[in-house]
Amino acid sequence: MREIKAEEIRDIIAEAVINANIRLPEDIKEALKKARMNETEKRAQKILDIILKNADMALSERMPLCQDTGMVVVELKIGQNVHITGKSLEEAVNEGIREGYRKGYFRNSVVYDPLIRRNTGDNTPGIVHIEVVPGENVEINVFPKGAGSENMGRLAMLKPSDGIEGVKKFVLNTVKEAGANPCPPVIVGVGIGGNMEKAAYLAKKALMRPLDERNRREDIAKLEEELLEMINALGIGPQGLGGKTTALAVNIEVYPTHIASLPVAVNLGCHATRRVKIIL
Amino acid sequence: MKVLRAPVTDEDIKNLKAGEEVLVEGTVYAARDAAHKRMKETLEKGEKLPFDPEGQIIYYVGPCPAPPGKIIGSAGPTTSGRMDSYTPLLLSKGLKVMIGKGKRSLEVVEAMKKYGAVYLAAVGGAGVYLAHKIKGVETVAYDDLGPEALRKFEVEHFPCIVAIDAEGNNIYERK
Repeated sequence: MREIKAEEIRDIIAEAVINANIRLPEDIKEALKKARMNETEKRAQKILDIILKNADMALSERMPLCQDTGMVVVELKIGQNVHITGKSLEEAVNEGIREGYRKGYFRNSVVYDPLIRRNTGDNTPGIVHIEVVPGENVEINVFPKGAGSENMGRLAMLKPSDGIEGVKKFVLNTVKEAGANPCPPVIVGVGIGGNMEKAAYLAKKALMRPLDERNRREDIAKLEEELLEMINALGIGPQGLGGKTTALAVNIEVYPTHIASLPVAVNLGCHATRRVKIIL
Repeated sequence: MKVLRAPVTDEDIKNLKAGEEVLVEGTVYAARDAAHKRMKETLEKGEKLPFDPEGQIIYYVGPCPAPPGKIIGSAGPTTSGRMDSYTPLLLSKGLKVMIGKGKRSLEVVEAMKKYGAVYLAAVGGAGVYLAHKIKGVETVAYDDLGPEALRKFEVEHFPCIVAIDAEGNNIYERK
């Protein structure tokens, strides 16, 4: 059995939240550059230039891409032959977030209570998902998520008879209604199937997937491409001010569901979608 | 390119048309959700605001703390729609310009037409780029709100696009 100290995970999280917030993932940067080449409207070009320049400035000055440094989603896939020693794992994760946000001079964007709304002052707690998987590795996905895009996500419990057309319509409407709010060009994470919470989590997982990876199922990969085309035909464009690039990618994850259900969740990510994956 | 500086006059407002680029110079007040809620409560109690909104510009932003050697951290616009329920009241007190991102409600657009105000869009997510345009920072009130405190910025060549003008023309609703 492999032993990993919770303190080691804490230190990794502290570093990961900093890196995630200052470094735009390479695949997203490439997609933005491609979008810039493809845009013909001056305003859209100018906005994408600013977005790309901002990414360079963030990295060279070690400042966060966006002032909304988000609430941190941490996904831990723990091999079943791993024994985590020391303090509580969730506590270690939160200590890592706290330390990273302090060292990085990042904004504290978490309130204690959704109704009372007093700031916790250290950006904790994060949202921690723990999965036990075969093997003896630990995969850590760190995903600081801003609320501008998160707030525009939607969930629908469709009828099975709504079918694929119903799914397309719902995804399209969600992006359309979101307009400029989620900071387009967006990344569209879609979860189809499972139940209510499964669909929502699938949508988040879809959003964590790199843009250059399509779903392994050919029909779903085709649906991803088709939806991307439909979304970009909406003309919302960068910052909702018009253009060809409303989304950089549509990523879909699916799961078995109940004979009576067709859950669909859409989780939107902004043009500065931040993610770091670490394998221990 | 057009330049906008507070105190903003009715003449300045009339000259700004949806879709135009504009550079904001000088003083802007930084306020978002929690500061707006407090300002509304203050006005409802019949008390005076920590600053006079007459002719002023509000930037919807909750910046990151200043790292060593800088006066402010990343500071891009937040989603303006969350301020909609507070906005008509501030417009009635003379607020002339708002900077943010995303659509506004019908009530806000009507109030903008009534009182003569414009709404500018800045590039969301360009936190570092826009922070470089901020040359002075001062906390005005509500320091306890942390990132949501009411601040006064001095900006230089702060790039915006007129999203909704005082006639109600709206670039988010073009076809």
